[in-house]
Amino acid sequence: MESSFFFGLSTMAYMLAMVVYIVHIAFRKKAIGVSATGLTVFGFAAQTLALGLRWHEFYQLSGMGILRSIPLTNLYESLIFFVWCLILGYLIVEFRYKNRSFGAFVTPVAGIALLFISLSGMSTQIEPLVPALQSNWLLAHVTLSFISYSAFALAFSTGLMYLVATTEKKTEGSYIFWTVSLGIFVSVLLAMGLDFVRFRGAGLAPGSGAFIRDFLFKSSFESGSGAVRLISYIAAVAIVFLTWRYGTALKRVIESFKLQPAVLDEVTYKSIAIGFPIFTLGALVFGAIWANQAWGVYWSWDPKETWSLITWFIYAFYLHARFLRGWRGRKISMVAVMGFVAVVFTYLGVNLLLSGLHSYGSQ
Amino acid sequence: MASKSFSDKVWSFFASIKLAVVLFALIGLTSIVGTIIEQQAPYRTNIEVLTHFVGAGLAPSAYKALHALGFMNMYRSWWFLTLLMLFAVNLLVCSTERFPGIWRTMRAPMRPLSADAMIKMSIRKEFRLHDSPAALEKKAVSGMKSLGFRAARHEEEGGAFELYAQKHAWSRSGVYVTHFSILVILIGALLGIFLGFQGMLNLPEGYSTNIAFSRSADLSDPSQDSLRASLMSGLDAAGGNFRLAAQAAGEDVAAFKKSLERVGLIPLDFHVLCQQFEVRYYGTSDMPRSYRSLLTVIKGGRPVLSQWVRVNHPLTYDGVTFYQSSYGLMDDLSNGTAVLTVKSPGGQTGTQRLKIGQSFLIPGTKETVKLVEFNPALAFDDSGRPITYSRMMTNPAVRVEIKDGKMAASKWILQRYPETWNLPDGSSVGLKDFWGVEYTGLEVRKDPGVWVVYLGCITLSLGLFMAFFLSHKKIWVRIEPGRKGARLLIAGTSSKNKQAFERDMEKLYREFEKGGG
Ligand code: HEM
Repeated sequence: MESSFFFGLSTMAYMLAMVVYIVHIAFRKKAIGVSATGLTVFGFAAQTLALGLRWHEFYQLSGMGILRSIPLTNLYESLIFFVWCLILGYLIVEFRYKNRSFGAFVTPVAGIALLFISLSGMSTQIEPLVPALQSNWLLAHVTLSFISYSAFALAFSTGLMYLVATTEKKTEGSYIFWTVSLGIFVSVLLAMGLDFVRFRGAGLAPGSGAFIRDFLFKSSFESGSGAVRLISYIAAVAIVFLTWRYGTALKRVIESFKLQPAVLDEVTYKSIAIGFPIFTLGALVFGAIWANQAWGVYWSWDPKETWSLITWFIYAFYLHARFLRGWRGRKISMVAVMGFVAVVFTYLGVNLLLSGLHSYGSQ
Repeated sequence: MASKSFSDKVWSFFASIKLAVVLFALIGLTSIVGTIIEQQAPYRTNIEVLTHFVGAGLAPSAYKALHALGFMNMYRSWWFLTLLMLFAVNLLVCSTERFPGIWRTMRAPMRPLSADAMIKMSIRKEFRLHDSPAALEKKAVSGMKSLGFRAARHEEEGGAFELYAQKHAWSRSGVYVTHFSILVILIGALLGIFLGFQGMLNLPEGYSTNIAFSRSADLSDPSQDSLRASLMSGLDAAGGNFRLAAQAAGEDVAAFKKSLERVGLIPLDFHVLCQQFEVRYYGTSDMPRSYRSLLTVIKGGRPVLSQWVRVNHPLTYDGVTFYQSSYGLMDDLSNGTAVLTVKSPGGQTGTQRLKIGQSFLIPGTKETVKLVEFNPALAFDDSGRPITYSRMMTNPAVRVEIKDGKMAASKWILQRYPETWNLPDGSSVGLKDFWGVEYTGLEVRKDPGVWVVYLGCITLSLGLFMAFFLSHKKIWVRIEPGRKGARLLIAGTSSKNKQAFERDMEKLYREFEKGGG
């Protein structure tokens, strides 16, 4: 059986689960909640199977040891693994806190990640490993990094929910912060959607690498035509404005979750408290050891490394602000949200945006 | 109030959390700029980047300004290193100031508590039970033991007694282990910067040298160019051996070494020889699966160490490490030697080494084979003419001319395609290697600080583990015998993760609930 079949199955299950979780919030029927959980568990099982199959496929193709063949070597595979960790983390939280309402927030993150995979047209092929990646540190480094990213994603979801649920006034800094962030996020996603339509319209196959180089933001913010650029920026500002104007509608949705803000704050902290040490060890320390083995420098200030350091600083700031300054609630939730923005930039932005400027990392 | 002395002011400046916040922000924001401007890149690269942001008109002046501020190589600029040093001092002072207090808390022996104090605690429970005090004590001790606490006993005058214990008191130092580790890592980095070097070396097959080229040298001073050029030509003439070059120049070796270092050349105390370089590919593609070089270290004229070096598997000798990093083809291909495997019709096999223009006789036949030409990446164009399709040795091939008396034929033999090796009479000539035209690209590094950095990484991880996954827990169980049974008070504290600790405490309570009371 092909792994892609089960990946497709899990994507569908998560998308459906997202809908059912939202319905569950609206009607609060136990049976609906159980079926949402059931769908998620089913999706998770399918994805686990798919990961195993892909690992096996890779193992047979590469002819290397089983540990060397872990399918975590390109953007596609790492995103899939990220979603897997995120859903695992979510299921743990659901069972621990006996609350399904997070599901409506976490499954969309999983769904968007999976959607992004097909939207961006990244390569889903099993690719042979270049020699530098043939190291056992790869396994430790990438797995732990993604486990920590998933913990940070969870903290992001709960931090954002906290902000949505507790901000009132449109002039309040924290309200402006979350609505503007969300607005920018939606605009960027839409812009990439447009690029993708053009990319496919040009009859190009996914994974040719041309997407990032020749199409990313070229139909909007980076268009050759000044008018299109202007319209794009105006549209983005309008989206941000509308999110700001009608953000309170989202607040009512979150309120219907009947989650206590204190619980959200606590889950945010706990996720970061788990993610931070794992990130330190897996991303920074193991990454440094691996780099030292492959290239003889444990730290070379390349953009990826620098951005993971910035990410580390933001979460260190979160912990210090919380413990030394006693920051709680809205202020600290904003830091959690910014931390995850840095995570996403470390992971995607460095490849997608900076590689448009520089020569590296076009994978 | 006495005015603070100057040193007090400096101390409290560095002990302030505000400084930490400012430094965090400055380091973070300037680092972001450093990821947008490509570091140590040629002028044109960053002009393109800047054109993107400020337009072509302003780009040159923006470049000038950023260059003057050191942003083109900012992670080594004086101001960035100063920020890192300030950060280190801040961390040191901050931790030093708080550590004695934590140390006292950690070392303080645990004391029994009064009943009043226990009742004020947030995690506590009170029972009135009919069991005998001795039976209660037994339950308490075993309950605490199963949670990992070894109880001490304290007896009071009225017959009341208390069992108490603590666990993981030392975990309170986790934060300081963490902070201290960051300093250790920075110290290790400094050791590397001051006592080590980063160099590279492109070493052709068959060559040896005791010189590497620095990667961090500042080559922007044009006045050094002529010195560099003359030293390089001296080294070339001496076959890459700086001792011979010094002799030839009539200079003292120590002084010669100094001038080498000044122009970005790194003298080594031994020679390194590339005996052989090989690439293996994925299937029939040109994507390298692995590549490796057989390096030999020569000291005092004698080989002391030979090792295959591959990506992720470097060779270390005398503190200097050689990493496989790249490879390439030399401009001059005429000096290569073909290494052929020859199988006669009778089945005997042998090896032949020969240069372009040379020939040999296949044993047991009358056929002579002459090596005519070499192509590192053979392909044929539409009209069937041979071309070279890449500048790497991706498809090495030799053309040979086979003569048996009257007949002469010409044939391409390809290294990666054994089906091209067969000759009409049943013998075969295979191309094993075309040796001496490729170079191996090595990174040459010396970093005596790396173990300090690793040590810091290990303690950093341990410190974080202590800080986040362990907590200092204390439990008190007080038993006050009365006329009808006993009053039992249980209380506890935990420095972190109160919920998990409460679940543990519930287990302890259950010991007494089971017995009924
Ligand atoms: C990136 C660098 C840093 C890291 C990774 C780091 C890490 C940590 C961690 C993990 C904690 C424990 C937080 C908790 O209890 O959850 C902590 C606490 C603390 N940090 Fe840092 N830290 C850093 C930089 C600094 C700096 C520069 C200062 C000094 C201004 C500082 C001062 C403190 C203090 C005073 C505490 C509280 C200690 C206590 O509870 O007694 N840290 N740090």
